[in-house]
Amino acid sequence: MTTQQAPAIQVHGLEKSYKELHVLRGVDFEVARGSIFALLGSNGAGKTTAVKILSTLLKADAGTARVNGFDVATQAANVRESISLTGQFAAVDEILSGRENLVLVARLRHLKNPGKIADDLLERFSLTDAGGRKAATYSGGMRRRLDIAMSLIGDPPIIFLDEPTTGLDPQARIEVWQAVRELADQGTTVLLTTQYLDEAEQLADRIAILHEGRIIVNGTLAELKQLLPPAKVEYVEKQPTLEDVFLTLVGTKA
Amino acid sequence: MSKHFFGDTTVLLGRSLRHITRSPDTIITTAIMPIAMMLMFVYVFGGAIRTGSDSSYVNYMLPGILLITVASGIAYTAYRLFMDMKGGIFERFQSMPTARSSVLWAHVLTSLVANLISLVVVTLVALLMGFRSGAGVSAWLAVAGILILFTLALTWIAVIPGLSAKTMEGASAFSYPLIFLPFLSSAFVPTATMPGPVRFFAENQPVTSIVNAIRALFTGTPVGTDIWIALAWCVGILVVAYAFAMRTYRRKIS
Ligand SMILES: Nc1ncnc2c1ncn2[C@@H]1O[C@H](COP(=O)(O)OP(=O)(O)OP(=O)(O)O)[C@@H](O)[C@H]1O
Ligand SMILES: [Mg+2]
Repeated sequence: MTTQQAPAIQVHGLEKSYKELHVLRGVDFEVARGSIFALLGSNGAGKTTAVKILSTLLKADAGTARVNGFDVATQAANVRESISLTGQFAAVDEILSGRENLVLVARLRHLKNPGKIADDLLERFSLTDAGGRKAATYSGGMRRRLDIAMSLIGDPPIIFLDEPTTGLDPQARIEVWQAVRELADQGTTVLLTTQYLDEAEQLADRIAILHEGRIIVNGTLAELKQLLPPAKVEYVEKQPTLEDVFLTLVGTKA
Repeated sequence: MSKHFFGDTTVLLGRSLRHITRSPDTIITTAIMPIAMMLMFVYVFGGAIRTGSDSSYVNYMLPGILLITVASGIAYTAYRLFMDMKGGIFERFQSMPTARSSVLWAHVLTSLVANLISLVVVTLVALLMGFRSGAGVSAWLAVAGILILFTLALTWIAVIPGLSAKTMEGASAFSYPLIFLPFLSSAFVPTATMPGPVRFFAENQPVTSIVNAIRALFTGTPVGTDIWIALAWCVGILVVAYAFAMRTYRRKIS
């Protein structure tokens, strides 16, 4: 198939307004297969809007977007077969247990052995003990892990993660990062949005900054760093960061 | 229609039926208000109301009480739909390769099941209070058919605020006028006792013909044209509400 060679995501001249508010004003970018692409932007930059258009939840006003080779406007059903979305706010069914949530998604993706899929994912995301409990009783981090686990069902080739670590403690954050890296190692294309620069630095093969409706820079971390004057050499005492201290004190292996 | 429509609807129906079995209070609250009304009308006002027949007042008012049960029960459909929209699980379903309208149909069918249970509970209480009917199997089936059609019609109305409301109160406020409608009908007193304009409204609104048809089926008197007017109202409301609900839905997902 020709789609195998094409980039996983191609976006050209994407525009979207909410009434007067011109949120996206011509967004262009491409995401290579199997890579992790970070879309950076401050609050209200339009990251969620872009992700919703790519996941067929919202229609663009202008421009084109292809996901896995399929046009989001005219081949929405094919796009939905190719993707999985983890929205900005954890979308789990609070009244069902964690395991039931996973089984539900596996059924809706028309997979065989939904029970086994659910058990494997519970194990992988350290939720086995909590699997039988109502998701309403989960902590924020557990809920986010369940949310991401639900997104992995059916091994879609492309995954959208909208601010996957907002509101998580450092330890849960690292666990999510770990999961994202594993996905990419298996060849999944990941588009994630974030407000945290270190998250993009840690994870992404390429980083794009969305600002005032356009992508103002797009490149690898090294390329972005070259946009600034060369690093000066300074001697400073290496203090542990607060994150180092926290992680040492709570003593996790992650 | 997607080839997975029936399978997906069944899976999602299982999900929301589970919601109901885990919070059976929604069915109990639905049944309590009409039961309280029935107690009040029969034991407080009943003695003063002359219906022009010598059978007990509970026989006279049960049809209206059943319609009030449905009118208060469908508010939960709006509520459940609203919670799905707000919690993001709706978007998750919409971004998956699932038949898109299955999400709505599952809620509608759940409403039907929940309301039928409430109706049975209310009818059982009426029996304890002395309700008696000489209706045969076919008359009972006809009553059930009318009530099912009425529930479906009102449920599709409930879908509209469920999809478009901004607050939870907004999602359920629409049901108050529907609960009130039976009071301006032949449900509790004969319309002949009402002053001119009220009587005109009462005699030409849907509840009166539905109540009269059910009452005639219960008492074994000829149903006359009332049943056809009742059916026409139910089907008419159903079609219009369905069209508006689908339009709201399409706007929501585009
Ligand atoms: N449905 C909507 N109706 C009107 N305006 C909207 C709607 N959704 C988003 N907006 C506005 O569009 C702008 C972009 O929103 P968007 O959610 O895409 O930003 P974001 O980059 O994801 O922000 P955040 O980092 O806060 O999640 C914001 O100003 C927001 O208020
Ligand atoms: Mg956002």
